[in-house]
Amino acid sequence: MNRLACLVVVIGMALPAFAQDARKSGFDYMGPDTQAMQKDDLANPGMLSVLEGETLWNTPTGKAQKSCAACHGDATQSMKGVAARYPAMDDKTQSAIDLAGRIIQCRVERQEAPAPQREGRELLSLSAFVGRQSRDMPISPPQDAKLAATRAQGAALYSARMGQLNFSCAQCHDDNAGGHLGAAPIPQAHPNGYPLYRLEWQSLGSLQRRFRNCMSGMRAEPFAAGSTEAIALEAFLMERAAGMKLETPAVRP
Amino acid sequence: MWRLLGLLAVLVSFDASAQTLVPYRIENGAITQSLTGVKGDAAKGRAIVVERQKGLCLLCHSGPFPEERFQGDLAPSLAGTGSRMSEGEIRLRMVDSTKVNEKTIMPPYYRSEGLERVAANYKAKTLLNAQEIEDVIAFLVSLKDDTQK
Ligand code: HEC
Ligand code: HEC
Ligand code: HEC
Repeated sequence: MNRLACLVVVIGMALPAFAQDARKSGFDYMGPDTQAMQKDDLANPGMLSVLEGETLWNTPTGKAQKSCAACHGDATQSMKGVAARYPAMDDKTQSAIDLAGRIIQCRVERQEAPAPQREGRELLSLSAFVGRQSRDMPISPPQDAKLAATRAQGAALYSARMGQLNFSCAQCHDDNAGGHLGAAPIPQAHPNGYPLYRLEWQSLGSLQRRFRNCMSGMRAEPFAAGSTEAIALEAFLMERAAGMKLETPAVRP
Repeated sequence: MWRLLGLLAVLVSFDASAQTLVPYRIENGAITQSLTGVKGDAAKGRAIVVERQKGLCLLCHSGPFPEERFQGDLAPSLAGTGSRMSEGEIRLRMVDSTKVNEKTIMPPYYRSEGLERVAANYKAKTLLNAQEIEDVIAFLVSLKDDTQK
């Protein structure tokens, strides 16, 4: 793992109040117009998905004819801080699970409804609604030793060269963050805004979709949504961003 | 580093299913022999360098291309390359820059093996073919003036 990033994470966790944190959200690399769009709930297109997610939250569905709210009640209470501590360990499968995977689990096992598609509108809206309940809260990865192997796998993938162009994520996002790839400013690849509205997508999308974008740019075979590798990368990035504030639903160029 | 490269004479081998690569020899930090024996065409080389989907150079480099907006700033300007290094040194950097700097971000333009998770469309293919490499080299050799940016 990149030594600088490692140091930054350690400092960021140990001395949040004193240390000069070199970490910057993708937000800080955006122009003032895009920043204003994110900050204003009326202008932020991601808020439409949050509203859609709220409706889904309250709608009974599946064979169980239960809504999310029937079990979880008021999301502003029950879902507060939840998105800030995923991926987490799933006790049943003893493997790491991301927030989207947890929502799929409730939909299938507890509502007895069909599994929502990864990157489909239903799952993105529910994820945005759940994520919104942690907005402005610090990313707080679980202190769970069982996640160590997953994070280590993610760290290894982050610095592995991949694709015909032979790039690693770290070469751009650690070594060259702040530089320009053609016209595009290179951000530090923090996962703190997802799911988010990307102007280039003209839609809401997940962190794992963003990974796939970068990987096809590298001319690499992307990690499938919900795959062990994608969840490992996500777990590594969340730890690397520990203490940074969640912005869900963010806006990016 | 340079002495080490000098000792290193690499002959590229390949399996039959992969694209056939022209063998080359690295000596004293350079590949002095043309990959094709056909003189490169500098005008074609320039076109490859500025073409974003093909050369990709301007994603990272800038250079004397006043018509090109949005040149990258991750690498030195290409202006004056021909006065800073020999043709053979440029050829080595084009073929596989990792042979000069193991940690470089510059992609290997004439290598198709030892790469991980390459997308199906690009599997066993080099970024440029041998003649395209020679065309780019001919163009870079012609860049003698490093005052132009
Ligand atoms: C060649 C450079 C390059 C490489 C290699 C690269 N990225 Fe990126 N990445 C970018 C750029 C540029 C952007 C911003 C794109 C934009 O704004 O249009 C970006 C954006 C991102 C973001 C969005 C950050 C935010 O604020 O929302 C994430 C996350 C990310 N990359 C992760 C990765 C991962 C994981 C890898 C490795 C699998 C990777 N990237 C490889 C250049 C790269
Ligand atoms: C029948 C009751 C029931 C329904 C309906 C239900 N859930 Fe759950 N959900 C649970 C239980 C019980 C847990 C705790 C599981 C555990 O701790 O392993 C849980 C856990 C979760 C978690 C993880 C919380 C955490 O603290 O880690 C999320 C997120 C979640 N549910 C979202 C949803 C969403 C979104 C819906 C609707 C699509 C939904 N749930 C529907 C019972 C339900
Ligand atoms: C992903 C970024 C990237 C791309 C794409 C790229 N380069 Fe480079 N290149 C570099 C970097 C960085 C260096 C500086 C030396 C190093 O780090 O290895 C470099 C060095 C060079 C050098 C040596 C320059 C010197 O003065 O030392 C030449 C010549 C060169 N590149 C030509 C090209 C050409 C031609 C292309 C396109 C066909 C290209 N590069 C594409 C990043 C890149």
